[in-house]
Amino acid sequence: MIKLTNVSREFPKRGYALRDVSFHVKKGEFVFLTGHSGSGKSTTMRLVHMADRPTSGEVRVTGYSSETLSDREVWKLRRRVGYVFQDFRLLPGRSAQENVAFALEVTGTPQKDIAPRSQKLLGQVGLSTKSGALVNELSGGEQQRVAVARSLANDPFVLLADEPTGNLDERATRGIMETFWDINAKGMAVLMATHDLELVRRYPQARVLELDNGRLVYDSQGA
Amino acid sequence: MYALREALAAFRRAPVLTGLSAAMVGLALFVVGLFSLAAYNLRLALSSIEERVEIVVYLRDDTRQSEIDLALGELADIGEVARVRYVSKREALERAQQDLPEFGDLFASTDVNPLPQSLEVELRPGARTTEAMERISAAASVYPFVEDVEYGREWVDKLFTLRRVGAVSTAVLGGAFFMVAALIIGTALRIAIFARRDEIYVMRLVGAKNGFIRRPFLLEGAMSGFLGSLLAWLLTYVTYRGVYGYLFAVAWIPSSWIAGGVLGGMAFGVLASGLAIRRHLREV
Repeated sequence: MIKLTNVSREFPKRGYALRDVSFHVKKGEFVFLTGHSGSGKSTTMRLVHMADRPTSGEVRVTGYSSETLSDREVWKLRRRVGYVFQDFRLLPGRSAQENVAFALEVTGTPQKDIAPRSQKLLGQVGLSTKSGALVNELSGGEQQRVAVARSLANDPFVLLADEPTGNLDERATRGIMETFWDINAKGMAVLMATHDLELVRRYPQARVLELDNGRLVYDSQGA
Repeated sequence: MYALREALAAFRRAPVLTGLSAAMVGLALFVVGLFSLAAYNLRLALSSIEERVEIVVYLRDDTRQSEIDLALGELADIGEVARVRYVSKREALERAQQDLPEFGDLFASTDVNPLPQSLEVELRPGARTTEAMERISAAASVYPFVEDVEYGREWVDKLFTLRRVGAVSTAVLGGAFFMVAALIIGTALRIAIFARRDEIYVMRLVGAKNGFIRRPFLLEGAMSGFLGSLLAWLLTYVTYRGVYGYLFAVAWIPSSWIAGGVLGGMAFGVLASGLAIRRHLREV
């Protein structure tokens, strides 16, 4: 599903953000990517999403390789990979339903299917009663649920979440984590970057990868 | 369909921003419109002066009709010559009396007509150059019955210098105004697109194709260009009416120029939007 082989990413001024990182996330796995700030978590997430390319090595995601997938064709990968951010990245001034519908519309979902499908996705994250509310009127936890519903618009194989609970309180965090586990239970791989080790410890069934100074220093599966 | 709906929705969602960007486009093109109005009227003025450029071949009083006919025919056969007209002594006197009424008594009191008969040689448009005039004057001077040939060399030189200055300053000023307008339009549309960078980001994030993302913005650029052009046309027309009504008579710019301006405004709107969106498409 996600395979990094000897991946390094060097920036001209900052130096190496990742050095020779290799790991393989299989279908249906739930993986935490941990590490301190600046350890390379976000760089890894961006590389998996192909918003950035490695300096050396190969990133392969749902069959697409960083070596062959051009920027013009990156949309093909994006439809197979959902992405959730710490700051939600919702469109303000639009309702929860409109935010999800927007993702469906711009990826070519037939007009007649958009409303029922967006309603169903919001139902999946427990927000069916708030679909008409403007996103800026929703709580942080609810906004993140809308973002999760949007990320599921194209039935992705993988869900990437970059510090998705970073802006949430304890209760909202628990809610979001339950949503992720529900999604994972349906067979979707989840790769979640977080620096919150307390949170990671709460889910011992998940695999943990730890980055330090751009190197992969720990894999709970020992691989 | 989606592109059109989204482009219209952008005007509806942020009417102030999109209205301001269209207004900036309009004001930028208004400057170009004013310049076009001035340039067009300058061109008309120069053309009307140029039309009066002609060669006058003065003939001796004893020139025979057969010699006049020969000169008329031979001069008319020269490529640059549009028309040759014979002016008799009598016609010359009548003209003088009409054009110079202050000398009316002088012309009336004398029994002898002092004015010579002549041939007026009118040149084709585009052939009214000093070189052509010199050549034709030289050809006319060869006839033994020709007294003198005049075309006001200094005046023609000045006119053509003025025309060259006009052409160069039109090109330089026009280029400068166009660049200023281009920068303003580019900036206005950049701001409008920057305000919607979140949408572009989300579209890239969820897997929309680049062409699909671009389309509504390009259409919006064309619409801003169109509305801006209309505003510029309106402002230029109001200025024209003001100048015409209160200052002096000027001609309105031809409709082909207006159509060119509107199409140019739209094309530039599309181009500026396309360039502005490129940066955002590389962000995710």
